[in-house]
Amino acid sequence: MREAIIHGPEALTAGAVPASNLLPLRVRGLCLTLGGRRILNSLDLDLGPAGCTVLLGPNGAGKTQLLKVLHGLLEPDAGEVDWNGAAPGQVTSRQALVFQKPVLLRRSVAANVDFVLKSRNLPRARRHALLDHVGLGDKARQPARLLSGGEAQRLALARALATEPEVLFLDEPTASLDPASVNRIEEIVLKAVRNGTRVILVTHDIGQARRLADEIVFLHGGRVAEQAAADRFFAGPRTPAARAHVSGGLVL
Amino acid sequence: MQDMGEALAVAMTLVLSGDGDLVEIVGLSLRVSLTATVAACAIGLPIGALVATNRFPGRGAVLVVMNALMGLPPVVVGLIVYLHLSRAGPLGFLGLLYTPAAMIIAQTILIAPIVAALSRQVIEDMHAEYADHFRSLCLNTRQTVQALLWDARYALLTVALAGFGRAVAEVGAVMIVGGNIDHMTRVMTTAIALETSKGDLPLALGLGIVLMILALGVNALVHSLRLTAVRQAYA
Ligand SMILES: Nc1ncnc2c1ncn2[C@@H]1O[C@H](COP(=O)(O)OP(=O)(O)OP(=O)(O)O)[C@@H](O)[C@H]1O
Ligand SMILES: [Mg+2]
Repeated sequence: MREAIIHGPEALTAGAVPASNLLPLRVRGLCLTLGGRRILNSLDLDLGPAGCTVLLGPNGAGKTQLLKVLHGLLEPDAGEVDWNGAAPGQVTSRQALVFQKPVLLRRSVAANVDFVLKSRNLPRARRHALLDHVGLGDKARQPARLLSGGEAQRLALARALATEPEVLFLDEPTASLDPASVNRIEEIVLKAVRNGTRVILVTHDIGQARRLADEIVFLHGGRVAEQAAADRFFAGPRTPAARAHVSGGLVL
Repeated sequence: MQDMGEALAVAMTLVLSGDGDLVEIVGLSLRVSLTATVAACAIGLPIGALVATNRFPGRGAVLVVMNALMGLPPVVVGLIVYLHLSRAGPLGFLGLLYTPAAMIIAQTILIAPIVAALSRQVIEDMHAEYADHFRSLCLNTRQTVQALLWDARYALLTVALAGFGRAVAEVGAVMIVGGNIDHMTRVMTTAIALETSKGDLPLALGLGIVLMILALGVNALVHSLRLTAVRQAYA
């Protein structure tokens, strides 16, 4: 059944990307209950080998929790998550997640990156390039927790890229960022996608979804309400909930 | 009985002139309590960190015991150590009773639970914040604990100072296992108790002043540590 990938090849705009053997991802009947509430309700999802999938959905739809389950940080109550034959917990180290609220260590900016590099036995020399890449080269010595919100997001992104993950989860990486920082992060993400990183990104910025997505997954009511190639999705969402979400209407 | 003001004046000269007896007593106090603090941290920090970062059956009971041990009465600790170190006790052959080593052991037992319980709280709060990031990096327990100990360094130094403060000010345990022997096991608190009962108020007051200054100094250090941590957003 592994061929049953929902989106067509038109989703894969970056056609020359080498297939990562972590993909395809196959999720079946995923259920997650938190605090007595059903967050994910028998969710099915298939993700193809390459590109950028944007996860859309209203506040509280379960996007953040879904990313955590896929990344192996959260054990679901039921269901099957299959990364090309591997369970999430087995492939966590080949992935990276930039959290919605970045968790910065009580250390300098440089030490935050060094910590990740050291945990993977990667050469510390890569830190300079990483920090320059996200435009934090001149802040290396500053305490990380004194960074502005946007700078903190960029540091979190640099840390995530440090391990050269095959799959990169980004949970609203540009929320509360100025337009220049948004541009910068979007460029970094697009570059990562071109280099073969499988990106799964959550955003509430519909414009950003249009700019970055090869494919849209719309989460609603604890399930995937709609999954389609980006151009087809934005040409006209099929479900009323997705239509309302994109046009800024109320989703109930 | 001497006049209070006169005693205070003599006490001040003792302190300021660096009186031999006084310096010796203060020196031993610091040596015993600082060593006990280091030992208590060596025991208490790993325990606190492991309890903070691990879920295991009976953890709730461990927490209750750890918190209860924080309030161990010094005389009880002294009595227990005495029973072990006395000639008839299981460790009597070591001949440690009435030595500074016995006092260090007693104070270590007294404050290790404080270090363990307080550091457990500090590290657990930080772990709750870091857990997702660390799990995303697939850190093992050793790496996790190391990182938490380092990131909590300011708060943990405060914990160590709290332990030191309790050790240096306690009198019951060192009195029982040290015996308050002149030039051997006489520390500030036991000396104050003895000199007061003998009526030698100047030395008692002088030591009292040093003890107060020490307490003030420790608190000032805690305060400046906190300021440093806050300034760098490392608190
Ligand atoms: N530990 C928890 N205990 C109870 N409920 C939780 C817990 N964590 C999350 N939830 C609930 O799960 C639901 C989904 O949360 P999630 O963070 O995945 O939403 P989201 O789609 O990322 O929303 P947003 O767009 O606001 O980030 C929310 O209603 C939230 O209140
Ligand atoms: Mg979220």
